Amino acid sequence: MKMKVDDLNLYYGDHQALYDVSLEVPEHQVVALIGPSGCGKSTFLRTLNRMNDLIDGVHIDGEIRLDGENIYQDDVDLVNLRKRVGMVFQRPNPFPMSIYDNVAYGCRVHGLKDKKKLDEIVEKSLRGAALWDEVKDRLNASAMGMSGGQQQRLCIARVMAVEPEVVLMDEPCSALDPISTMKIEELVAEIKQQYTIVMVTHNMQQAARVSDYTAFFLNGKLIEHDETNVIFTKPHDKKTEDYITGRFG
Amino acid sequence: MEQTRQEFIKELKQVQEKVYQMGIRAGAALDKSMKALCNGDRAMAAEVMQEDDVIDDMIIDIEDTCLLLIAKQQPIAHDLRVIATGFKISTDIERIGDHAFDIARTASNLKEPLDRERLQLIRELADCGQEMVAKAMEAYLKADVQLADEVRHMDRKMDEIFERTFYSLSKFVTDEARHPERVTNLLFISRFLERVGDHAVNIAEWVIYLETAERIHQKKKLS
Repeated sequence: MKMKVDDLNLYYGDHQALYDVSLEVPEHQVVALIGPSGCGKSTFLRTLNRMNDLIDGVHIDGEIRLDGENIYQDDVDLVNLRKRVGMVFQRPNPFPMSIYDNVAYGCRVHGLKDKKKLDEIVEKSLRGAALWDEVKDRLNASAMGMSGGQQQRLCIARVMAVEPEVVLMDEPCSALDPISTMKIEELVAEIKQQYTIVMVTHNMQQAARVSDYTAFFLNGKLIEHDETNVIFTKPHDKKTEDYITGRFG
Repeated sequence: MEQTRQEFIKELKQVQEKVYQMGIRAGAALDKSMKALCNGDRAMAAEVMQEDDVIDDMIIDIEDTCLLLIAKQQPIAHDLRVIATGFKISTDIERIGDHAFDIARTASNLKEPLDRERLQLIRELADCGQEMVAKAMEAYLKADVQLADEVRHMDRKMDEIFERTFYSLSKFVTDEARHPERVTNLLFISRFLERVGDHAVNIAEWVIYLETAERIHQKKKLS
C-alpha cells in the first residue's frame, strides 16, 4: 500500500468533520473520492499531505502512513511531504509568470539552478501533462493567457516537475469544458503508471471511467469503498446506491 | 433526504410497465393460439398472427425508450439493470410471441381438427409453458426472486413433458405414413412450446439479475 489511513478523526474546532475513516491507497492506482457537498471528501484529501495544517483550529487523531511512515509525526518535513504528495486544485491556479517558470518553480524552490537540467524537467513535465506540443513555441509567454484546460494541465505539469509519488486532485475538471475534461481524464489514465492518484470528483461517470477504487463519503463517514467496478454495478450499501444513482445529492 | 431524479425514476417505471404489458400480451397470444389449435378456430388463429405486429411494435418502443434513457441519464447500478433487463426480457417475450404466431399459423393450416389423444399431449406442454410465462412475468412485476427461481426449476418438468410428448408423437408417424405433415406439425408445436419454457426461464434469470446483480447459469446451477 502506498498510503494507509487508520481510524482518522478530524475536527474543525469543536466540529467533527471526519469520523473513524480507514482507507488504503494502493500504489499506481487511482482512488476516487465521491459524496455530496460537505461530506468530508475534500477535507479527507487534504489530510493526505497535511494541507489542513494551514487552517486554524484543525486537529486530527488517527494515523496516515506514506510508505509505512506516519506523516503526522512531529519531525515530518512538510515541504518534503508536499513534494512527495503533490496537489492539483479545483480551479487552475497558475502563477502569474511564464509557462516555463510555472513548471520550473517547484524545482527552483528545492534548490535546482542548473538551466540545462531545468530545461529537461520542464520539457519532460509538459510532455507528461500532454501540453508540450501546444506550448513549446511560447514557453516564455504568460501562463495567464492559456485556456482553462491548458492551465489545469500546466498545474499538473508543475506538480509532476518535482516528481511526486502521490498526486491529490481536488475536482480537477469541475471548471473545465468537456474536451479539456476528457484530456485530463486521459492524462490521469496515463500518469498512473508513474504515480498514485487520489481524486475528488462530483462527476459519477468520471469516477467510473478513471478510477480503480472508489470511496463513498457521507456526513464525514466513509460509507463504502471497493473496486470501482463493484461500486458502480452492485454497491453493498443502500446509501451508496442512492447516491451514485442520483437519488439524493 | 429529499429524493431527486423523480422524472428518471418515473421513466424507469414506465420501461418496466411496458415490458410487463408486452409479456401479458405475448402470454395472451400463446393462450389464443392454443385455443385456435385445439378448437380448429381459423379466425382466432388469424387474429393471433395479426396481433404479432403489435408485439413487434412494443419491443421497438421498449428498445427506443431504453436507448434514450442510456443516452440521457447515464444509468448505473440497479437503474442500469432495469434498462439492460428491459432489452433482454423484451427479446425473450418477442420470441414467445413468435412461437404463438407459429402455432397459430399451424392451426390455420390444419385441414382437419386434431383428435383428442394428440391434443391432450400438446395441451399438457402448453399448460406448463403458459404457467411458466405467467409466473416469470409476475416475478418481474413483483421483483420476486423466489418466484423467479421457481420458474427456473419448472424447466425440468417442462423438459420431462416434452420428452414424453415427443416420444408419444413419434409413435404416430407410422400411423400417418400418408400424411406425415400432421405429426410433423405437432412435433414442431411441441418444440415451440418447449422453447417458450426456455424463454420463460431466461426471463426468470433476468429478474434474479435485476434484483440481485447475480448472473445465473441455469444448467450449471440446476444440475
